[in-house]
Amino acid sequence: MRTAGRTKATDRALLRDAGAIALAMIAVGASFGAITIAYGLPTWIPFAMSTVVFAGGAQFLAVGLIAAGNPIAAVFAGLLLNARHLPFGLAVSDTVGTRWRDRLIGSHLMTDEVVAFTLAEKDPLRRRRVYWLIGITLFTSWNAGTALGVLLGGATGDPAALGLDAAFPAGLIALILPSLRDRQVRLVALAGAGIAVLATPVLPAGLPVLCALLGLGVLLLPRRWGGGTPEGAETAGDNPVGEREAAW
Amino acid sequence: MVIAAVLALAVGTYTMRLAGVVLADRLELSGSLQRLLPMAAAALLAALALTAALMEGSRFAGVARPAGVAVGALLAWRRAPFVVVVVAAAATTALLRLAGVP
Repeated sequence: MRTAGRTKATDRALLRDAGAIALAMIAVGASFGAITIAYGLPTWIPFAMSTVVFAGGAQFLAVGLIAAGNPIAAVFAGLLLNARHLPFGLAVSDTVGTRWRDRLIGSHLMTDEVVAFTLAEKDPLRRRRVYWLIGITLFTSWNAGTALGVLLGGATGDPAALGLDAAFPAGLIALILPSLRDRQVRLVALAGAGIAVLATPVLPAGLPVLCALLGLGVLLLPRRWGGGTPEGAETAGDNPVGEREAAW
Repeated sequence: MVIAAVLALAVGTYTMRLAGVVLADRLELSGSLQRLLPMAAAALLAALALTAALMEGSRFAGVARPAGVAVGALLAWRRAPFVVVVVAAAATTALLRLAGVP
C-alpha cells in the first residue's frame, strides 16, 4: 500500500527529472536547429525532422549527409540507427496501451530516454504515466529547442562546452542501473555494451548498438558462467527489469 | 529529393516504432521470451550509453566526456537523484574542457 504522501513525493521527483531532461533536450535541440541552418539547409528541414522523425541521433546524422549532398545515404543511415526502436517497442508495448489511438500516438513518442525511464519504473500503472509524461515532455522540449536554434543560429552556444554530451549517457546509466542489480540482466547488458563499443570503429553508425543484442548470448553459456535458462520467468510478471532492486 | 528523404526517414522510423508495439501481442510471446525483451532493451540502452560515453564517430571521444560520465555513474551508483547525476556529469565535462582537457 502506498500512501498519498509518498505518491506525491515520487510524482514530484518524476516532474523534477522530466524538467532536467527537458532543459538538456532544449539545449541539444537548439544545437540541432543551429547546425542545420549553419549547413545552409532550408529552414523547414529542422522543423520537419524534429516533428515527424523525432529521433535526435538520426536527425544529426541525416542533416550531415543531406548537407553533403547524399540524401539516400541519410535515409539508410538514419533508419539503421533507428532500428533499435523495434525491440524497444516490443519491450514497452504493454505500457503504451492496447487502444489504437494510444498505440498510434504513443509509438511516435518512443525514444531511448522514454524507454529507459519507463523500464526503470516497476508499477504498471505508474509506468504508463511515466511513458506519456516523459514522451510528451521530450517531444515538446525537443521541438522548442529546435525552433530556438533555428531562430538564434550560432548564438545558442556550443553544447560541448556545456558538457551536454556527457549528460545524456550519464542519465541513461542512472536509469538502467537499478535493472543491472539483476545478475542476468547485468551480464547481458555489459556484454552487449562491450560488443557495441568494440564494433564502433569498424561498423557503420547504428549497427554497433544493434550488435548489443548479441549480449543475450551469455544466457546460452553454462550456468556458472552466467547463462542457463532465464530464472523466474513466470514469477517476474511484466517487469523483470528493476523488480529486484533489493536482491543486489 | 530532400523532402522525399525526410519523409522516408520519418515513415521508416515510425513504422519500426509502431511495429514493435503492435507485434508484441500478435506474436503471443512465451513467458521466457517475455522476460528476454526488457533484457534486450537494457542491453541496447547500455550499449547506447557506453558508446556515447566513450566514442565520437568511430574514434575515442577524449578524456573529458568519459570522465564526466564516470562521475555521473558513480553518483547514480550511490543512489543520487537523477538531476544530480546529469548535472554533475555535464559540469565535470564542461570544467575539464574549460581547463583544456580534450
